[in-house]
Amino acid sequence: MRWFWIDRFTEFVSGVRASSVKCVSLAEEHVDEYFPGYPQMTPSFVLEGFAQTGGLLLGQVNDFQERVVLAKISSAKFHCLARPGDHLSYSVTLETIQPDGGLIKATSHLGEKLHGEAELTFAYAPDSVVQTEMFEPAEFLRMLRIYGLFDVGVDQDGKPLKIPQRFLDAEARVMT
Amino acid sequence: MPTKQEVFEKIREALVDALGVDEEEVTPEATLVGDLGAESIDFLDIVFRFEKAFGIEIPRAELFPEDILTNAEYVEDGRVTANGVAELKKRMPFADLSNFEANPLVQEFGNLLTVNDMSRYVCSKLGVTE
Repeated sequence: MRWFWIDRFTEFVSGVRASSVKCVSLAEEHVDEYFPGYPQMTPSFVLEGFAQTGGLLLGQVNDFQERVVLAKISSAKFHCLARPGDHLSYSVTLETIQPDGGLIKATSHLGEKLHGEAELTFAYAPDSVVQTEMFEPAEFLRMLRIYGLFDVGVDQDGKPLKIPQRFLDAEARVMT
Repeated sequence: MPTKQEVFEKIREALVDALGVDEEEVTPEATLVGDLGAESIDFLDIVFRFEKAFGIEIPRAELFPEDILTNAEYVEDGRVTANGVAELKKRMPFADLSNFEANPLVQEFGNLLTVNDMSRYVCSKLGVTE
């Protein structure tokens, strides 16, 4: 099942902020079919884009060792519609990181125009709730590569982020 | 060191943001669940906001002792036992448990905590006395 709600990262500063883009296309079923005759990117899927951008920003802090799950949308406001052909720019800042999870603030823009804004709460799913990894490591790395996270990702000193070795090992196992 | 009033104001701001309520609704006597409509997932959000606002670490069990309320050692027929209440008092010296103690139904516990309890808890963590 496809669950890609951003097209790629354009900025990723470990533990601080991330930006991503989402191009809205009439070829996407959810754009065409949600309100037949009035194609648009519904806000709920923009929130998914915020959650993927912010969830990966939070997860990367601990080298993706935690199972980051979206726990709550504390607030969300949308100011205009995103239509086919639009280019949504998402910006996310990590507001706080705590032992149980974290909070992010996110905005989406259409050019200079503010399209949407939200605050999201993430929790780390504990071992008592989930006993396995949420994603198969090689598959997860494939998603991170598609998103270009390691193409733009830097640490707070501006050095490129390294791919966690366990992901590379898992990828190598799949390749052989 | 903030004053008690400053602690309350930051708590009010955090609860307004976390629960989407109006500032006027967040009175010292308001209960988090009954009056402000907090649900279980909101407590995680509230803890994160307090930790950020005050720069403190809050073990969830200290503020929301789910482990006691789900422990068969402390709960019988949906009621917290005398030992359980004693444990709650030890864990939560900032909360007024007198009403709960009179009828200690587990399902009522969530409706116990007030904004004032949150203020007292944070003040105790920060050592605020005035």
